[in-house]
Amino acid sequence: MAEQSARSDFWRGVRAGMPVIVAVLPFGLLFGALAVDNGLSVPQVALMSLTIFGGASQMVGIELFGQKIAPALIVFSIFAVNFRHVLYSAAMGRHIQHWSLWQKAAGFFLLTDPQYAEAERAVEQTGRLGFAWYMGLGLALYSAWVANSVIGAVFGRLIHNPEALGVDFLLPIYFLGLVMGFRKRPNWLPVVAVSAVASVLAYRFVGSPWHVSLGALAGIILAAILPPSAITEGDLAETAERSEP
Amino acid sequence: MSTTAWVILAGAVLTYLTRIGGHLALSRFKRVPPRLEAALDAVPAAVLTTLVAPDVLFAAGPAEWSAIVVAGLVALKRGLLAMFISGAVVLIVLRQFVG
Repeated sequence: MAEQSARSDFWRGVRAGMPVIVAVLPFGLLFGALAVDNGLSVPQVALMSLTIFGGASQMVGIELFGQKIAPALIVFSIFAVNFRHVLYSAAMGRHIQHWSLWQKAAGFFLLTDPQYAEAERAVEQTGRLGFAWYMGLGLALYSAWVANSVIGAVFGRLIHNPEALGVDFLLPIYFLGLVMGFRKRPNWLPVVAVSAVASVLAYRFVGSPWHVSLGALAGIILAAILPPSAITEGDLAETAERSEP
Repeated sequence: MSTTAWVILAGAVLTYLTRIGGHLALSRFKRVPPRLEAALDAVPAAVLTTLVAPDVLFAAGPAEWSAIVVAGLVALKRGLLAMFISGAVVLIVLRQFVG
């Protein structure tokens, strides 16, 4: 019985990944195509997607490969772009205390932006984060990312004008949707407002990718300082609803 | 092995460290203090906002702004998928007319 429910949880996770896979598909293809353009071989493209599994950092990486920059600097840039994951990792711990050490080790490998956001959404809706569901979601996103980047590397020349399809602005729209999904959380509006302003300022005066970590930090510190917003009746009703099995 | 492969593997190791690092740093707390709890609750909205705001301000024009506004309004009433599709449709249609 337990095994059967784990299996259906896994497939529920895979299904939860479908909108993300659609949103990210063009980026995988684009990454593969650009990587080959910048001198990577198809196996190197596959290696990068299999081991790093972080779209934005991979894009930055291949951009620098094309420019004859010191290897250590490329490694550091990948690290800088991915630094925001520290925040996800810190916030996840509360939800996965019931996981084993190996489950945690595997789970953290798959911790991307959409993975983290969907995991928090699942906690918001069901009150818990199951390992099978999480792996269903994560492995679906992982295999789609690897497959798309390899397809892009092999057939890259076929994508002519990705801008006309809105490819470059699909992710901001998707991320906005996720931000809106958390609007019932305490102090949501001040946190979002401060993070937005701080990230814009950091983008202008410090530069990418640090606007992500700095902007987020501003909102997070604000949340720690502000008194927890008074629990309204709506929240109470929702909490009661959530505690139903 | 080529330099490229080494760079990729080193980048992968550091990326994995960012993914476990936050948890390792916090795992010494037996119980999460309330202020830290409030801070962690704010993580998703705070980080995701920074992935949207500069793009909307610096890398966008009328087509992108319209898409963001429409998607934001749809998000108030409907789920993530409906929101995403309506934003994407507005964006793609308007881009045919505005550069």
